[in-house]
Parts: sequence; structure tokens; C-alpha cells
Amino acid sequence: MPEATRTLLTKAQMAESIAALAKSIREAHVGAKEIALVGIFTRGVPLAKRLATALRQSGVKVQFGTIDITHYRDDLSTFQMVPKLEGSDIDFDLDGMDVILCDEVIYTGRSVRAALDELYNFGRPKRVQLAVLIDRCGRELPVQPDYSALKVTLQPGERVAVRFEEVDPAGDSCTIESQPTSR
Amino acid sequence: MTLTPRKDLLDIASLTDDEIKFVLDNAVQFKDLFKRSVKKVPPLRGQTVLTLFYEPSTRTRSSFEVAASRLSADVTHFDIESSSVVKGESVLDTVETLEAMRVDYIVVRHKQAGIPSLIAKNTRASVINAGDGWHAHPTQALLDAFTLQEIYKDLRGCRALIVGDIQHSRVARSTSLIFRRLGMQVAYLAPGSMMPREAPTEIPQFGNWRDALDWKPDVVYLLRVQSERLDEPFFPSAAEYHKHYGLTNERVEIIRERGLYVMHPGPVNRGVEITDAGMAYEKSLINTQVENGIAVRMSVLYWLRPGQV
Repeated sequence: MPEATRTLLTKAQMAESIAALAKSIREAHVGAKEIALVGIFTRGVPLAKRLATALRQSGVKVQFGTIDITHYRDDLSTFQMVPKLEGSDIDFDLDGMDVILCDEVIYTGRSVRAALDELYNFGRPKRVQLAVLIDRCGRELPVQPDYSALKVTLQPGERVAVRFEEVDPAGDSCTIESQPTSR
Repeated sequence: MTLTPRKDLLDIASLTDDEIKFVLDNAVQFKDLFKRSVKKVPPLRGQTVLTLFYEPSTRTRSSFEVAASRLSADVTHFDIESSSVVKGESVLDTVETLEAMRVDYIVVRHKQAGIPSLIAKNTRASVINAGDGWHAHPTQALLDAFTLQEIYKDLRGCRALIVGDIQHSRVARSTSLIFRRLGMQVAYLAPGSMMPREAPTEIPQFGNWRDALDWKPDVVYLLRVQSERLDEPFFPSAAEYHKHYGLTNERVEIIRERGLYVMHPGPVNRGVEITDAGMAYEKSLINTQVENGIAVRMSVLYWLRPGQV
């Protein structure tokens, strides 16, 4: 259990941040015929869904997909537990598509690397960008988000926890948790 | 959700309900990969899967080999015919050799029950039982359950009639067990000499098709007739077996009228367990079982993790 939790974004600020992300995406795609939002399991999926809803409301044509990165994780063999597979679901033609990968937090960049590998099993997109709610400093790979709502630098032993009511019974929250031991 | 990996898969009896569910659920995702142009994923990259078949089996062996390849493992076959096993090398000597080669997964088939378990105790590699004597064939059972789950979602209350040499069949043993674990009802149809000596009393035993079909099964599961058994005294001839226990053209019509599914672990003996018309029957799941076998074996390999001796 976390020793201490402090709020990074309130529920209302979370909603505002997602709206702001949607706005930046829309402004960067003025005149685009169609874009694809692809959420990375687990919490990139509700983020991508909310962004897709916001963008569609403002008249952008949006395709939606999901990516399960389990098979491409570089640390799979070190896991104590075996993850249940969610499966990727890209049911539109990816070739030539303008894709925005969505994840709730970027930290080391390893998940994004894995997501790109899995994404390429479905085709060859024209361009792939990255949207995150929280950009946590500490990259271990040369991967940067194109859209992010908030940038934070944390101490060792701290982590960002973003929760979405679609998958978390306790509802929306965005907090920093301090753990007795780092990962 | 996550689950603790196991080192070996030796039988169905030792699996928990959660483990069965985990393997079957993940198999859905593995089967989904077959629709892609790239069917291969990398979770077993750098790992070696070795098939060690003391009994010949082209189908099960290639199913495991395809499954392992699609997980990006390196796949090797230890050729028993040409190896020193024929010169009298014991199973454990062979295992010591494989241990020195540092293989990570060993898929074993042996005519003697318990050999996979013996091997598992003597290697750090994960051992998968691909059939041992009359004992168990767990991946067959898992793929059978998976195949029916694709149709029925919830198997509770679904009825399977298993037909053939129950007593000498590891498939019957493992598949009955998993079906019942998942809430299905199972009955046997076999001549007296092929009925199991000790079967749970809640499994009805029938001696003819009429009574067995009156039990109202949803699925008819035909076992393979082992051709080598046809010479044994208690066993009927192929023609006799077909007449009394096989899926004749006449019985195919009855089954079609009632809308029953037909399964068989393969390879089939046409004209013995089943006729050409039975093979062409639209509700035969036999080819689906083959396809699902790969997905289920991928799911098993994905879950197991080599460990310590």
C-alpha cells in the first residue's frame, strides 16, 4: 500500500486537461480527413475513448483502436506473474493513417516502444504521434509525447497514478503515490 | 488480472479453476492473431522448445511446433528413431543431455504413464505432457473445452457423449475431466470391454447408440480407434466396431436432424469411427479443433515458466 498520496489533478482538472489535449490534437489536424486514436491497455484506452468523443463532437472524423503491448514488453520474462491478455483491436485500415497513440502516463518510454512494435503488425501508418495526460520525466528511450497536459518530475519511490471511472471503481483521480520501495 | 506461472503442465487434475480459465481466456487472444497477416508475436523470443516424442504423432507434434514458432521460440525436435534411445539410453540420460543443451520447454509424449512427470522432476525446463499412456493429454482437453466454449460461452449443463475405447484413452480421461470441471455432463458409449474399470458413478454408461442418443447429448465426441488394438482379443474388428459404435451414414442423419456437434481428436480412421459423410457433416468441429489446438498450446506456453530442478 502507498504510504502517502497527494492529488496532482482534481477530477475537474482532469476533465479540463483532457479537453485541452483534444483541442491541441484538433488544432494540429485542421483539414485532416480522418485520424485514428489508439489506446494502450489498460488506462490509455479510456483516455483515447474520451479524446475520441471530444474530437468527434467538434466534427473530426475519428477511428478508434486498442493496443495490448504484453507480447512486446522487454521485461516480460522478469515478471513474477503472467498477465492476462486483452488483445489488440484495430479494425480499420491502418495503412496511410494518421495515428495518435494514447497512454495515461509516459515515464521511461518503454511502453510506447512496445506499442509501436505491436501497432506495426496491423499495417504501415502515415504518421504516429503520442498523446499522454502526464509526462513524467525520466525517459530511458528517445521517445517524447507530442501532446501532454502536465509535466512532472518525481522523487524515487514516487509514482503517478491516473484512474478512470471506466476501469477503476473508485472513479477518476490523478495522484502521486509514495511507495516504501521503488519499482 | 495476472496469474502465477507454473513450471509444468502434466494433467488437468492438478489445474485450478482459475488456471483453466486463464489458459482458455488467453487462447481467445492468441486465436485472434491468426487473422493478422503477421501471425507471430515475440514473448518466447530466445527460448528453445523441444519436442520429445517417444510415440509417433505428426499432428500433435506439428501443432506444438507451430504454436512455439508463432511465439518466436526456437523449435527443435529430438528424433527418437535416430537417437541413442534405440541403443538403450534411458529417459533420464536423455533428459540430462537436454538439460546440458539448456532447452527451456520440453513437450513429451510417451507410451508409459508418468514419464512426463518423471522428466519434469529432473529438469529446470518446463515440461508439457503431450500424452502419456492411458493417463492424460491435457492440451487436447483444453482445446476441446476451448472449441465448445466458442459455441456455448458457458458450458454448464451442456452434454457430451464420448464414444469409443474409453478405458484405454488418455483423451477420454482428460477431456471428460475438463468438461465436468466446466459444468458439463458427460456420458460414455462403448462396448463393455472398453468401459473404464473405475469411472465416477454420475457418468452414465451406454452400450448402444439408441440409448445414448435418448440421453440427449449436445455433442458427440468420437475417440480414435487405435489400429494396433484391432488385433487384440477383446476388441471387435474394424467392421464390427463401425457397425455398432461408429458414426455411420445413418447415424449422421440422426445427428443432423437433432443438430448435434461432432468432435474427434484426430487423426480419424475413415470407415471405422466415422464415414466420409460424417467428415463432411456441417456441424463437425474436427477442423476447428485442429486450429484451436495451436491457439491453446500458445496459451499454455505463454503461461508456463521454466524454473528450478
